[in-house]
Amino acid sequence: MSTPSIKTRIPAKAKKGEVIEIKAQITHDMETGQRKDAGGMPLARRIIKKFVCTWNGEVVISADWHTAMSANPLVTFTALAEKSGPIKLTFHDDNGEIYEAVAEVAVE
Amino acid sequence: MTQMQGRAWSRRGVLAVAGAGAVALTIPATGRATPQEADDFARKLLGGAAAKAGKVQLIVKDVAESGANEPVRVVVDSPMTAADHVKAIHVVADGNPFPGVSSWFLTPKSGKADVAFRMRLAKTQVVRAYAVMSDGSVWLASQEVKVTIGGCGG
Repeated sequence: MSTPSIKTRIPAKAKKGEVIEIKAQITHDMETGQRKDAGGMPLARRIIKKFVCTWNGEVVISADWHTAMSANPLVTFTALAEKSGPIKLTFHDDNGEIYEAVAEVAVE
Repeated sequence: MTQMQGRAWSRRGVLAVAGAGAVALTIPATGRATPQEADDFARKLLGGAAAKAGKVQLIVKDVAESGANEPVRVVVDSPMTAADHVKAIHVVADGNPFPGVSSWFLTPKSGKADVAFRMRLAKTQVVRAYAVMSDGSVWLASQEVKVTIGGCGG
């Protein structure tokens, strides 16, 4: 599997008190550990098991993911605009790697 | 099925996969969770709290277009204030190899209790969405989803 890349759709600006929608997708096979390769050998499990979104360092939402999450997970959720700063999305892989995406959002 | 794309399928490979499928069909108890296992899993997540019907909207199609990639959205009726908000949303599937799908932990900073993602469905089954509120109450919505093409491979 190539190195996962993250696409996000996060508004650049928001009004204070507005609830914004955040979409994110990471390219990841989300290998369940249930499948076998052509030779009948089991393919090792490797999924994103944890997802966290913070805004100005404070947790907006976090999630535990299991094998039933689809490949190339696409997620949509919301965040309350309080003050300007970075929204950070963090994806924790089974293999210990952590993938991040950051977007600056200006709150007026 | 997206999992098959980009893979060179030898005849032997296809037969091996077909064989694995046959095994899964003949010994369903080892390969699939049951509603009972899903109940046990939910009990662990919820710490034994009893779930009432209501407040939770589980938006999922009656018939899945693809068992590998089925959109699921959960919306919970809540003001999402510090005093009254949704603490967690748990999505559990009755008929997958593992009953847990995903657990979302919300905060008042979430603004709304509205999450969407895509899930795998191994077969026709009931999908449940539990919401745990800040007052400790638990709410539930569930729906059966018909699946013609399973999404867990093997």
